[in-house]
Amino acid sequence: MTSLAQTSDELQDLYRELILDHARSPRHFGKLPDATHTAEGINPLCGDKLKMYFRIDGDDRISDARFEGSGCAISVASASLLTDMVIGLHTDEALKYFSALVTRLAGVQPTDNDNAGDDINLGKLRALEGVREFPSRVKCATLAWHALNSAIQRKSQPATTE
Amino acid sequence: MSHIRLTDAEDNIVDIANCRADFPALTQNVNGHPLVYLDSAASSQQPAIVIDTIAEYQRHDHANVHRGVHTLSHRATEAYEGARDRIRAFVNAASRREVVYTSGTTESINLVAQSFCRPTLKRGDKILITHLEHHSNIVPWQLVCEQTGAELLVAAIDQRGQVELDTLIAQLDENVKMLAMAHVSNALGTVLPVPDIIREARSRGIPVLLDGAQAVPHMPVDVQSLDCDFYAFSGHKMFGPTGMGILYGKEAHLEKMPPYQGGGDMILEVRFDGTTYNDLPYKFEAGTPNISGAVGLGAAVDYLQSLGMDRIAEYESELLAYLTGQLQTVDGIRLIGTAKQKASVQSFLLDDIHPHDLGTILDRQGVAVRTGHHCAMPVMDFYGIAGTARASLALYNNRQDVDALVDSLGRAKEIFSR
Ligand SMILES: Cc1ncc(COP(=O)(O)O)c(C=O)c1O
Repeated sequence: MTSLAQTSDELQDLYRELILDHARSPRHFGKLPDATHTAEGINPLCGDKLKMYFRIDGDDRISDARFEGSGCAISVASASLLTDMVIGLHTDEALKYFSALVTRLAGVQPTDNDNAGDDINLGKLRALEGVREFPSRVKCATLAWHALNSAIQRKSQPATTE
Repeated sequence: MSHIRLTDAEDNIVDIANCRADFPALTQNVNGHPLVYLDSAASSQQPAIVIDTIAEYQRHDHANVHRGVHTLSHRATEAYEGARDRIRAFVNAASRREVVYTSGTTESINLVAQSFCRPTLKRGDKILITHLEHHSNIVPWQLVCEQTGAELLVAAIDQRGQVELDTLIAQLDENVKMLAMAHVSNALGTVLPVPDIIREARSRGIPVLLDGAQAVPHMPVDVQSLDCDFYAFSGHKMFGPTGMGILYGKEAHLEKMPPYQGGGDMILEVRFDGTTYNDLPYKFEAGTPNISGAVGLGAAVDYLQSLGMDRIAEYESELLAYLTGQLQTVDGIRLIGTAKQKASVQSFLLDDIHPHDLGTILDRQGVAVRTGHHCAMPVMDFYGIAGTARASLALYNNRQDVDALVDSLGRAKEIFSR
């Protein structure tokens, strides 16, 4: 049984200041007119709907990223953090973050990605670790990342976290 | 409990509030807090009598129904058909032939769309629904419109979440072949003025289907005095089991309708050159049915009748007024759905906190509410929102539940104002 204090701690751990900050003022929010890769992330359970835009140059480097849409604090913050992190990265590196994040939060490696991220330091993404105590919210935290994976792999269907 | 009973109204509150103890699921702690279950509109909890009746049936009486002369088959058939008689009485259908077992409201509506409407619908015909329907009272009509070339019309609602009566009546022209609407809205709690609307439809010869999923658990329903053509509802929202529902239909309609599915039990005689269908209601009940579901629903109906639907309605309407009043004291609350006539449901938003975040924070404090679009996306679009948090009441809720909800909203504000 969890105590009242513990309950509060878990909630504070979920809604860390960095998360609330990114949810309130998402970075790189909006369309990217010259995007080369886009993907939608849809979480039918709660109605989160994100559209991710990436400009990926000839050398597979992500030179810009934006997103738009609506969702809960966790999914918006995660998308915002994503854009912050992946700009300037090679797509393989970005996919390593995807893999490492999903493994860290859900406890299993995503099956549709062979860029194992074991060796990667999650950095700011560690702010999302609070969701591990909230299994129903893991999908929110990984939605944008699934969309990133789809965009890079050029899948035409909207990404879901199913 | 020593209590001086002064008035009938007080009697009411004491008795109904005591029935909470009948529901085993409500005695548990969730996340370290006593469970406050405010999600009965999604699915209600079951009283011990329902759980035990089903278990007893499974332990002693189970066999297939309507086939076989052995004792268990006989017992199972008695239990299964006995439940139908009690459900008939519960909604006051004229005959047990009008009470069709289905898997739920969804199947009941699909059955009417496919067996009643589809054979005669043609291009130029219209089906009228309202803007506040559950997806299961939208999509079956979209399908049958696609299949036949008929058109789906939608009656408008106002900002309070009430159907605009005059507009709806103006839409009832001779091309409308079915009016399908909720009795009570699941997303907003609006009680539709169905007697008035049915009178208008009837005077124009338009058949009416009522989606009663959210009405039957909360108020007396009399299909004969409503004079609707079809009435659909689900067991699991009225303290019975999942996978079990009812379609009430006027006998004259059911007689004329072709079967919905083919299989065992729905036939009298099968030959390769033609099959004779069984009588009502069996014509619509192909295959081995959900026997324990029917038995459980029968027990739920007995339970509700022992409390009295009038008294339940009165108790809940007071509690809903308390819920709405208490929510209004919360700074930053926005109530969604403020119709004059409402039952059991209050949707809301708090500050700019996403409903999904709100749901998580409440859950950590043991408070279960539904968050999201409530299978009524057009309603959310109408208000220009992605979803709401929804507290829904049932006979086992009380003022402490409401107070716990309001306290936990305070906690959500704290977390989000850091
Ligand atoms: C108004 C309304 N109609 C229909 C349904 C569908 O019921 P079921 O899923 O039991 O078929 C629901 C339940 O969510 C409802 O609230």
